[in-house]
Amino acid sequence: MTTAVAGTAVRAPGAARARRRSAVIGWAFLAPLLVLNLLVVLGPSIATVYYSLTDWSGLGPAKFIGLANYTKAFADPDVHQAVLHNAIWFVLFGSVPLAMGLLGAYLLSQIRRFQVLFRALYFIPYVVASVVNAAVWKMLLSPTSGLGQLVGIDHSWLGDTGTSLLSVNFVVDWHWWGFLAVIFLASMQSIDPQLYDAASVDGANRWQQFLSVTLPGIRPTMIFVILMTVIWTLKAFDYIFIMTQGGPAGSSEVVSTLMYKQAFNEYSAGYAAALGLSMTAITAVILAVYQYLRKKGWEDE
Amino acid sequence: MTTTVIDPETATRTPRPSAGTPRRPGRRQTGGGAGAYIVLIVLALFAIGPLVAVAFNAFKSNAEIGANPLAPPDSLSLHNFTEAWTRGDFATTMRNSLIICLGSVIGTCVIAGLAAYALSHLQVPGGGVVVGYLFLGSALPVQLFLVPLFFLWTQLHLVDNLFGLIVIYWATDAPFATLLLRSFLLKIPKDYTEAARLDGASDLQIARRVVLPLAWPGFLTVALIVALWSWNEFFWAITFIHDPKLRPVATSFLAFQDQYSTDWGMTSAAAIFMLGPVVLLFLVLQRRFVSGLTAGGLK
Repeated sequence: MTTAVAGTAVRAPGAARARRRSAVIGWAFLAPLLVLNLLVVLGPSIATVYYSLTDWSGLGPAKFIGLANYTKAFADPDVHQAVLHNAIWFVLFGSVPLAMGLLGAYLLSQIRRFQVLFRALYFIPYVVASVVNAAVWKMLLSPTSGLGQLVGIDHSWLGDTGTSLLSVNFVVDWHWWGFLAVIFLASMQSIDPQLYDAASVDGANRWQQFLSVTLPGIRPTMIFVILMTVIWTLKAFDYIFIMTQGGPAGSSEVVSTLMYKQAFNEYSAGYAAALGLSMTAITAVILAVYQYLRKKGWEDE
Repeated sequence: MTTTVIDPETATRTPRPSAGTPRRPGRRQTGGGAGAYIVLIVLALFAIGPLVAVAFNAFKSNAEIGANPLAPPDSLSLHNFTEAWTRGDFATTMRNSLIICLGSVIGTCVIAGLAAYALSHLQVPGGGVVVGYLFLGSALPVQLFLVPLFFLWTQLHLVDNLFGLIVIYWATDAPFATLLLRSFLLKIPKDYTEAARLDGASDLQIARRVVLPLAWPGFLTVALIVALWSWNEFFWAITFIHDPKLRPVATSFLAFQDQYSTDWGMTSAAAIFMLGPVVLLFLVLQRRFVSGLTAGGLK
């Protein structure tokens, strides 16, 4: 871009005019996207920064209260509990679907027939709406007419404070792992097959080949998936909101559901804004670290 | 919705269906053997077993479901379907969802198409910054702008308004759509557009006559993904639409399921209304869905 601008100075005035014309038209073409983004995303985001410093209820006027919302959040036991749940969520969501996705993708990359069929079946839960998936599992996890009843375990998986978070997380993992399998498979298929041949000539068994050829070969995808896992952990909302509303007794509450309740049930929009902004700050830090590592070439080594 | 950081070029690269066949020596294939297939089948049952159970239950009475929740139905009774259709007012909510899908798809394609054209075929100073912003912006959690947006929409009378919801979908889906379309448009040689420009065509004419016909696979992918997202979307819909007459299928289904939470047969039939069209379309256009959604990353 810079060189193009520098170049115009020495070119004929006609070229400069054409360039300027192109720029005007270009910005005109970008205008709908940018105006819309300003209205829906950027403008309200900036407003959030301001509201997080007020006692706003979500309606009417807001009084400036400095950093009181943030100090309140740091001391709020509900927030501590929600952050802990996010952490548990991250450990499970970052390991279970990843392992299943790797297993599925690796086996798929080994077979010749029905690869497309399996891939489609694994992917289906990901395209089905969260409300439907949640309803399906509510039925299957129900103590009266679900899987538990079939094998004689009378347990309310979603209604018990000890299992509610794990149960919802299980459902999210179920709908997510197939998507990862498909992403990993695409990545594995771009690994040079000669590397496998070289490894087997060296006497590496299947597991050693997986560790020394497959895993390094899909490293950029793996790093991207881990990044997505982190971001999705912070965004975790849909399934929890639908299946347990964060309950019972806050046992499956995460930061995003807590924030939503603060905004729309408790009329503490200022406090909710502070929570939302904190979540964004964490996301931004993670993205910045990722981009930094990417720039350093960690990904393409 | 983190299109972010992944390069759309690499992301849209679809795994070829039988990519293993030509490139790999047969020796490696045999090792997979029966063991691999057994594990793959178990995983497949895990993935779609629950959905198959729902399809079965949609045809069963509640007594039958209670006795055996996973077995195929004894008879193919459509009673649950007719009952769920009227009680859940699916005629109205399906119409709402269709309006929302159509509005989102058309608007997103226009907005993102224009932007993607500018970012690929026009010399826009600062275009790189816009691309960077789109990558980054799509990673922002909605919690960041939810509350002030709700306040603004209330002021503008766009709450409980299908158009208000559609505009939000435009804004949230357009960054992804722009980046995806841009990756398609970058593949069209600049010579084509330059030649048309020398022939005296205006930018709009070039966009419509030259670029659009070459970029339609990209538009088709975007249309499919945006339609899927609008159909399935739940968070914005439940926050911004409260009037039962205006609800899309997703939130209406949720209310229906809460109301008839013990009537598994009818709930299952309602679930089939919602997932049936999606799964059918997916099976027909599998590759396009997969390439679009893996590029879309995370929504």
